[in-house]
Amino acid sequence: MKRIKMYKLFERVWHWSQSMLILFLAVTGFEVHNSISIFGFEKAVQFHRIASYLFLILIAFAIFWHFTTDEWRQYIPTFKNLKAQIRYYGYGMFKNEPHPVHKTRWQKLNPLQILTYLGFKVLIVPVMVVSGLLYLFHKTINANNVVIIQNFSLESIALWHTFGAFILVAFVIVHVYMTTTGNTATSNIKAMITGYEEIEDEHKPKESKKVEEVK
Amino acid sequence: MKIKEHKSTLTLLLILFLNIVIIALYQNFYPLEEPNLKLEELRIKYLTDKPKSVDHTKFAALQKDFKSPQEVTKTCISCHTERHTEVMESSHWNWERVDYVEGKGLKGVGKKNVLNNYCIGVAGNEMACASCHTGLGMASVKDFDFKKPENVDCLSCHASTGAYEKSKTQGGFPANTVNLSAAALTVGKPTIDNCGNCHFYSGGGNNVKHGDLEEALFNADRKLDIHLAKDGINMTCVDCHQAPNHQIKGRLYSVSSNNVSRAYCEDCHTTTPHMDEMLNTHTAKVACQTCHIPTYAKANPTKMTWKWSEAGHLDEKGNPITLNDTEGEHVYMSIKGTFTWGKNLKPEYVWFNGKADHYFLGDRIDTTKLPVKINELLGSHDDPESKIIPVKVHRGDQIYDSKNLMLIQPKLYSPAKGDSAFWKDFDWKTAAEKGMKDVNLPFSGEYGFIPTEMYWPVNHMVSKANESLQCADCHTPKDGRLAQLTGFYLPGRDRNSLLDNLGLIMIFGALFGVVAHASMRTVAYLKDEKEHEMPKYEGFDKD
Repeated sequence: MKRIKMYKLFERVWHWSQSMLILFLAVTGFEVHNSISIFGFEKAVQFHRIASYLFLILIAFAIFWHFTTDEWRQYIPTFKNLKAQIRYYGYGMFKNEPHPVHKTRWQKLNPLQILTYLGFKVLIVPVMVVSGLLYLFHKTINANNVVIIQNFSLESIALWHTFGAFILVAFVIVHVYMTTTGNTATSNIKAMITGYEEIEDEHKPKESKKVEEVK
Repeated sequence: MKIKEHKSTLTLLLILFLNIVIIALYQNFYPLEEPNLKLEELRIKYLTDKPKSVDHTKFAALQKDFKSPQEVTKTCISCHTERHTEVMESSHWNWERVDYVEGKGLKGVGKKNVLNNYCIGVAGNEMACASCHTGLGMASVKDFDFKKPENVDCLSCHASTGAYEKSKTQGGFPANTVNLSAAALTVGKPTIDNCGNCHFYSGGGNNVKHGDLEEALFNADRKLDIHLAKDGINMTCVDCHQAPNHQIKGRLYSVSSNNVSRAYCEDCHTTTPHMDEMLNTHTAKVACQTCHIPTYAKANPTKMTWKWSEAGHLDEKGNPITLNDTEGEHVYMSIKGTFTWGKNLKPEYVWFNGKADHYFLGDRIDTTKLPVKINELLGSHDDPESKIIPVKVHRGDQIYDSKNLMLIQPKLYSPAKGDSAFWKDFDWKTAAEKGMKDVNLPFSGEYGFIPTEMYWPVNHMVSKANESLQCADCHTPKDGRLAQLTGFYLPGRDRNSLLDNLGLIMIFGALFGVVAHASMRTVAYLKDEKEHEMPKYEGFDKD
């Protein structure tokens, strides 16, 4: 085992601000949707709008970071080992089999993670951002003849936005659970907080946990 | 690219970002009190008194002993030589104006040919109804000479309070008690009294018809009406209802059809009066009145229903009876039927584009679409001209020809019995026959009572800004103010149940999957524990 720096400061702050914003947006958003009641409709709308602007700024930073640090290469999709990874989650991990994909500094995501996070980045977030911006600036003709967005009905925009929100909530549930599937139940979360993670030395099959403890 | 080179830059950017967050949150929770400059400008404008340019008491022409109101009018015309022609083009004089009515073409629209579901119509009842006509001596609309300048009643709008008053029963002539010479010296710009003396009592009593126009406005406070408030900006009717060339701005849709010369809040307040962009966006689809008049009939009750079908019950001696409620309002009158009244009412809401259709005398009733709409406010969400407005809806029933399918204009009033007037003889059939004959329409002899509705846009009794409707009054799933308005997506009220169910399935599916997976891992872990059990103690010695 060796301890390496896996997540840079920006990455960690980005990750946690994003998670906070998504949670806050979910709470206020579902209040606007009238599923819950915490702040009241008016405050919920205000907060949701402010949080959405913060989220947009954060996304801009994140995009910049991904491209200037080559981190975007982590998300190039691959189907190699995909089956093995699915088999691991569905069967192998109950049998104490080792992780099929070795985690390194420049390959910190397994193929399933790559597909999921890539989907998050290029599908879910864009759907939310585009529908959100349309929602934010939705206007019809008024007496000043101000027309910004008129050809999309508010209903269709709202439906896409709500659809994305449901997917995000489901994503968060599964994502949080999956953090417990690392070396230990909390090792992944610790790594995302401290930046450092213990990873196995290369080409050495993972031994069963019990054996490790004995050793 | 080296990561380290960016580290400091990114940290700086991050600090910047956090600062923005903090400032934004601070701004949100402790917003600066910014003055609404548009509003302050208007306040200054209306608080400044303009000196009068003319004092009519000094005019030699008016120092006269006037014998008749016509004489006064002629004297007015002797200086204001063409002004009477303007009045004679106005609806206050003609009781109609030419409007384009959808599906019916160009039509004169007004009291002469439309009905209502209060006292039904003016035809045959002019001696009383003409007390609210800017003319003198209109015994009947048919016979009145609308071309005679001296019949214009200048004093009805321009004489000051108390000096002039119209008789209730003399076809628009002033009451006998009026001193015309004194009244003529008081003329000036119309005050709220001039307008209110007719418009607050439409329907024959205070606040009967409109619900938002009543005598309490003579001495309004800021709670009742922010504009007319004596303890506030103290505006008067004609500040908004300006009347260049005697064509008064503002329309009442019980007798109008077209989207022209309306008085809008926006005329002064613009379409972006709020400090909040979100609220300003609303002005595209929501009329100001909708939020800023949360309740009407705030001081005195207004009539909400009127059932003519109940009229005609007499006491055992055969005399008409009148029953009052605790507020002193009539709830039953033998001559009119049963009424209900309401106070502090929430308006109903409709889409309105400024155009209206009417039931015109002689129109056929579509009995498949009941209640009959005496006037119908047109508009829909998809029409860019339409906005949501608050309305008072007056419901009731009234007499109709059940064979010819026509609403009936009955003869109601007469000074004596035996003239077929329902209010004296209590015979619907003869009243209907005589009334319809007066308006040159057929009557089959068969009659019944049919439910009707009338729509009264609510435009007055504007509340203080902090008493206006709040977001959640409409953006709420149940019993919101706009619960009845459909055909558009209202956030907070509407949702797609299919998508919501799909979303719930997704969320609970994820939760279920996670729990199931976790349980399987636990089971596997426990099994694993068992397999790796340590050797038991008893075997220790033998080793």
